Amino acid sequence: MGTWRLYTAVAAGAFRRYATYRVATAAGVFTNTVFGLILAYTYIALWDERPGLGGYDQSQAVTYVWLGQGLLAAVAVMGGGFEDELIERIRTGDIAIDLYRPADLQMWWLAADVGRSAFQLLGRGVVPMAFGGLVFHLALPADAGTWLAFLVAVVLGLLVSFAIRYLVALLAFWFMDGAGVQQLAVLAGLFFSGMTLPLNVFPGALGELARALPWSALLQAPADVLLGERTGFALWRTYAFQAAWAVGLLAVGRMVQSAATRRVVVQGG
Amino acid sequence: MDTQTDTQKDFGPADDHGDDFIRLDGVEKVFDVRKKTGFMRSERRQVRAVDSISFAVARGEMVGYIGPNGAGKSTTIKMLTGILTPSGGRLRVAGIDPSRERTRLAHRIGVVFGQRTTLWWDLPLIDSYRLMHRMYRIPDARYAENLDRCVELLELAELLDVPVRQLSLGQRMRGDIAAALLHDPEVLYLDEPTIGLDVISKAKVREFLRHLNAEQGTTVLLTTHDLTDIEQLCRRVMVIDHGRLMYDGPLTGLHEIGESERTLVVDLERELPPIEVESARVVKVEGPRQWLAFPAAQSAAPLVARIAAAYPLVDLSVREPDIEAVISRMYAEKATS
Ligand SMILES: Nc1ncnc2c1ncn2[C@@H]1O[C@H](COP(=O)(O)OP(=O)(O)OP(=O)(O)O)[C@@H](O)[C@H]1O
Ligand SMILES: [Mg+2]
Repeated sequence: MGTWRLYTAVAAGAFRRYATYRVATAAGVFTNTVFGLILAYTYIALWDERPGLGGYDQSQAVTYVWLGQGLLAAVAVMGGGFEDELIERIRTGDIAIDLYRPADLQMWWLAADVGRSAFQLLGRGVVPMAFGGLVFHLALPADAGTWLAFLVAVVLGLLVSFAIRYLVALLAFWFMDGAGVQQLAVLAGLFFSGMTLPLNVFPGALGELARALPWSALLQAPADVLLGERTGFALWRTYAFQAAWAVGLLAVGRMVQSAATRRVVVQGG
Repeated sequence: MDTQTDTQKDFGPADDHGDDFIRLDGVEKVFDVRKKTGFMRSERRQVRAVDSISFAVARGEMVGYIGPNGAGKSTTIKMLTGILTPSGGRLRVAGIDPSRERTRLAHRIGVVFGQRTTLWWDLPLIDSYRLMHRMYRIPDARYAENLDRCVELLELAELLDVPVRQLSLGQRMRGDIAAALLHDPEVLYLDEPTIGLDVISKAKVREFLRHLNAEQGTTVLLTTHDLTDIEQLCRRVMVIDHGRLMYDGPLTGLHEIGESERTLVVDLERELPPIEVESARVVKVEGPRQWLAFPAAQSAAPLVARIAAAYPLVDLSVREPDIEAVISRMYAEKATS
């Protein structure tokens, strides 16, 4: 109960903190919108050439683009989440402060990232999506049930996203120059989340692999739910897939965390 | 869950004996340092940051913990909070082994690292305090009372709604000290709480710490490079160098052992030969300015009077002995005796 209030406060603080970055938010919305336009016209050309590619029709493909732009900041595939800050704290030794507090490190950062992504869903997600809806014909569901199902998939996707980034950030305890690992993770995330192209357009083994990796829980899974491709049993399978990765990766994160804080040294005087 | 009470001590493990609130027995910390010596090659070296240190601090004491850069002060404090595990020896705070039960201990200790902040950088100061309220599960009335007291004594009223990143260093430090005390810790560790502060801010911080120790009975362990902090606050001082405890006793004793000297800087009207005066010697001359060393235990007033009587004095200042000098003299003393 008391713990719950603490982490709610952390999440609320993170939300308000990101809300203070007004210029960054406006710039981000602009970038997402421009990028969305470029990608949308590219997809339209592509789907003209290959109608029904990946099982999507053209308006589904365009919807996918704007959905991707809307979720980009929230799922933080290009970075910009809590992890930059955590890595910096490990590097400078400020992590010392997080460690002597009576709070759990993973829960703390999870709460902070929930607050951040909640803000970015609203602040960075809604405008590009609405813009896309004005300029293009989007294949959006009319029933509230599908939207609700979509939101659940987004939340699960955010959890998986957090779990991956937490693991990457903890590596900074061992590799003080961890920028390389982080860049690699961003690259993998950009491709395997389906942010560049929907994962269901990839044929064969590569497609199978991409759809089985945790990153597909970030965008591909929520997109398929919103586009009405997952209903009934398939919907539950999608949830189970996302939840399994979330639980698994969070558990690994806990193990790495306890190894890190027990064995590894806090930097600086 | 309620916060700590004194009765908790009775339920503590049997090793929480006597009045020793903090107890170290032969505590060591060895760091493995890897140094790159070439492509894919590195050399491993061990740094003994803390080398078999033993001391005890009683409840309610205010102790200074000093030593030159790299002596092992911060490392000791980190072990006392539980964020570093000792490589050897035995360490107890309130009967608790810090690194094993870090979270349990956290409710009973307060920590201020002068060079870091516990405050939320982008948000108003008050938000950080609300977070402490939740984090330490401080009862509402207790929280309100403690916050009021800190706000008054540390003069934070005008700062509560200011984002932390807009605070000056001195303001932030006061903010951090308040944040460490809202949960009524039994002991407060301060690692260089006056670093970078001006004279007025330093005085405020000292005054507050004195009050805290006297009124609340909070045990205080303080590291600093400013000997004035120690002079004004601590009856007892511990000196550490190269990870070893060199001295543990009253500050006056340290001056005697170190034969430490203060420096009187005088500006004369014009360039003159070195001043000749009883119980002080000129150590440096630069134009009309001269530096005189005199025993730290001796008052500066008669010395100034004697110089003023015989020389055309324009201005003067007194410099306290710096801790490095005191310690290096202590070393020399050890080597010869
Ligand atoms: N994370 C670390 N890895 C390796 N060596 C370390 C680490 N932290 C501290 N040391 C070494 O341990 C020794 C003691 O460092 P410590 O920070 O405790 O000194 P200090 O007394 O606080 O000094 P200062 O007055 O400069 O703050 C130093 O030689 C330092 O180089
Ligand atoms: Mg230090």
